[in-house]
Amino acid sequence: MAKGVKPRVKVPKTVAAGDVITIKTLISHPMESGQRKDKEGNVIPRSIINRFTCDFNGTNVLDVKLDPAVSTNPYFQFEARVPEAGEVRFTWYDDDGSVYETRKSIAIA
Amino acid sequence: MKKTMITAATFVLLGGAAVAQDGSNLVINDELPMVTEAAAPAHLSEVLDTIYSGWRFRTPETQALQIDDFDNPGMIFVDAALDAYGTVEGAAGESCQSCHGEVGTFEGLRTKMPKFNAEAGTLWSMEDYVNNCRTERMQADAWQWSGADMQGMVALIAHQSRGMLMDVDITGPAQSWWELGREMYYTRYGQLELSCANCHEQNYGSMIRADHLSQGQTNGFPTYRLKQARLISQHNRFRGCIRDTRAETFAEGSDAFRALELYVASRGSGLSVESPAVRQ
Repeated sequence: MAKGVKPRVKVPKTVAAGDVITIKTLISHPMESGQRKDKEGNVIPRSIINRFTCDFNGTNVLDVKLDPAVSTNPYFQFEARVPEAGEVRFTWYDDDGSVYETRKSIAIA
Repeated sequence: MKKTMITAATFVLLGGAAVAQDGSNLVINDELPMVTEAAAPAHLSEVLDTIYSGWRFRTPETQALQIDDFDNPGMIFVDAALDAYGTVEGAAGESCQSCHGEVGTFEGLRTKMPKFNAEAGTLWSMEDYVNNCRTERMQADAWQWSGADMQGMVALIAHQSRGMLMDVDITGPAQSWWELGREMYYTRYGQLELSCANCHEQNYGSMIRADHLSQGQTNGFPTYRLKQARLISQHNRFRGCIRDTRAETFAEGSDAFRALELYVASRGSGLSVESPAVRQ
C-alpha cells in the first residue's frame, strides 16, 4: 500500500463553450519500480500507478497506461475542448488495487 | 577574469565586471508579487549596491516552476507537512496543531530566522525550534536536520511568510553570532582557497563552469533543488559549497553554520521569502 497518495488537478472553473483548456494533473506517489533492492538485497516490490484516465460527462478524454519507468509523482498536462458545461472525472489506478478519483465541474461563461 | 554575458534582459555594470541576472518579475499564482531585487542593506554598502534573489539567475524553465504553485514540486512536501502538522506523535499525545493552532499563526516568523533564543542562551534556527517542540513538548523522537520530514515542516512554517520581506535581528546578543558569520563568509576554505565572497559577492552573475553564480541568498529556503528532487536545507547547501572547495565541512546544525545562516540572512534583508523556492 503506497503512502501519502494525494491527487491534485487544476481545471478552469468557467470557460466559453468550444474553448480549448489546459488541464494539469499530479498525483503524489512513490512509483516504486520493482527494480530496486533494499539494504538486505531483497527486491522492493513494484508499486506504481498503472493507469490514468480522464472522462468528461461520461465520455473518455484520455486513457494512459503507465509503466515502471515513469518517475515519482506522475504529472500530466493536456488540452481538451469543452463543448458544454459538465463534470471532468480523473481516475488513477494503483497496483495495489486502490482507485483514486477526483471530480471537477466546469461551467460555461 | 572579466566576462561579458549578454542575455535578452538587462545587464548591470558593477565594479567593472559585467554581471548578469535577468530582469523578470516574479508573481506567484498571478496574485502574489515577490521582491527579487532590492537595495542592499546598510552593512553591505561598501561591497554591493543591489541584492537579487537566486530566482533571477535561473533559466526560464526553472523560473516557470516557481510561478505557479501547481507546478512547484516543493509544494508536495509542504502539503505532506501539513498532514504531519495535525498528526499526534510521541508520548505526550500532542500534535503541532494542539499547541500552535492553525499553521497560519506562523506568519512572519521566517523573516526573523535564525534568531537568538534568550532561554537557551544561543542562536536557534527553525530546525532547533521544531526539534525542541518534538522532544520537549511532544516527547517524540527528534528529526534529522536535513531529513524530508524536518525540511517539509520548516518549509510549511516558512511558507506562511511567503512574500514578506526578510528582516533578521543582528543587534544585541545576536551581534557576536553575526560577526562570527561574517568572518566565515570572508574566510577562504579548502584546497581551492575559496570564500563565500569569492563567488557570491565578487563574481555573481558569472559562470563557474556550467553553473550560473547567484548571490547565494537564502530567502527561498528550504529550496526544492531539481538536482536532488527534494527540499534542501540551508545547512545542507552550506555544506555542499564548502565541500566543493575541497575542505572538511562543518556539521549541519553546528554553531558555525547557525552563525553563517544569520549572516547570510542579513545580506538578504529586503528580499521576499519565497519558500519553497525552486532552483537548479
